Amino acid sequence: MLSTSPLMALFKRDLLIAFRNRGELLNPLMFFLMVASLFPLAVTPDPKFLGLIAPGIIWVGALLATLLSLDLMFKSDYEDGSLEQIILQPQPTLLFVLVKTLLHWLMAGLPLTLMAPLLGVMLALPEGGYLPLVLSLLLGTPTLSLLGAIGAGLTVGLKKGGMLMPLLILPLYIPVLIFAASSVQAGIDGNAYTGHLAFLGAYLALMLVLAPVASSAALKISIAR
Amino acid sequence: MSHLDKQKTDNVLPALLSGRGLYCERDDRVLFDGLSFDWHPGQIVRISGANGSGKSTLIRILLGLSASYEGELQFAGQPIKQAVYDFRSALLYLGHQVGIKTSLTPEENLNWLCPQASRCEVYQALEKVGLKGFEDVLAQSLSAGQQRRVALARLYLDTKQIWILDEPFTAIDKDGVAQLERRIIEHAQSGGLVVLTTHHQLAVDVEEVLLSEHVTGGRH
Repeated sequence: MLSTSPLMALFKRDLLIAFRNRGELLNPLMFFLMVASLFPLAVTPDPKFLGLIAPGIIWVGALLATLLSLDLMFKSDYEDGSLEQIILQPQPTLLFVLVKTLLHWLMAGLPLTLMAPLLGVMLALPEGGYLPLVLSLLLGTPTLSLLGAIGAGLTVGLKKGGMLMPLLILPLYIPVLIFAASSVQAGIDGNAYTGHLAFLGAYLALMLVLAPVASSAALKISIAR
Repeated sequence: MSHLDKQKTDNVLPALLSGRGLYCERDDRVLFDGLSFDWHPGQIVRISGANGSGKSTLIRILLGLSASYEGELQFAGQPIKQAVYDFRSALLYLGHQVGIKTSLTPEENLNWLCPQASRCEVYQALEKVGLKGFEDVLAQSLSAGQQRRVALARLYLDTKQIWILDEPFTAIDKDGVAQLERRIIEHAQSGGLVVLTTHHQLAVDVEEVLLSEHVTGGRH
């Protein structure tokens, strides 16, 4: 039953498309790598100083890399008419948005999370920072994808929406950035960081409920023209 | 269906899709005003009119994709907004863009568009639209007409009662048009409702909805 549902079919279809165009999946990862590798060259290779700014650099890099990949979330579906077919399914559109968001996280947020410890090594991140870094990314990047779905839904119909989406959703990204980066800092300093992670978890839970509703409403507005 | 039979169903069943006093305006131009209709199972409805007369707009309003209209739409006697799930469960829509992914094969495309269809059924449908042997070719190496044919294969797979087709004959060759026409007539005869926009003249009697007569003002 589950395998024949349109939601599962959409999930399978998008995984297959991503696999066919797997070169595109590397783009956010390459961007992330470039940001992190340029800082030691431009600022200083001194491990002490780098260790201080590493949490911030890694998190800003992950945030911008996610932002970069959001454009593609609904774009091709909008252009080839699949989005109309999705909205015209009897199931609520927000379920399809959740599937799309999950796919986006699997293809951007999860690889970034897995790659982050490597960049931590490159930036001489002190030992206590690795666990909170991975945990904060694990809790924070799904929120970035969910919030991104709202922005992507609102701007999908615009031909020149390039700068509009970051402008719309960056303010909503700020709490994630602040709490995530400070959780890593707390870990480095040997302090408890569960409070920071609890906030990230609460924000994720809130957005898991609100973002798909907002995004599906935005998509319907975009398609109504 | 004879005229007498049609009269009978008119009296017994509520219309499958009906509109009451539909009004739509776009860029200070009235596209239609006071448009009312009752469409029953077994009918083929052709929405016609000049380019820009609002055919696609009416289609989008019927689908519920556009809310910029006044008046009432009903599905099986219920206001369409209260019967969204039932209406969409019974609906098959093909638009100008048909939702074919170019990096997937025709078979994979249909697996998504018709998840309930078995592999065997998909192959048979592709054969019927003249794509035998193309099942495993990426859609990006198919021609525009062939890509549309992939979408048209849905007409052989889905069991939806209402078909709403926006210019279904675009980019289809002569044989394909004849075959598609046969399929549309067959669907209507088996109790389906087909609403389409096209400039092609169908071989059977159709219900015409002419849009241009409602235009009351010009563009300024």
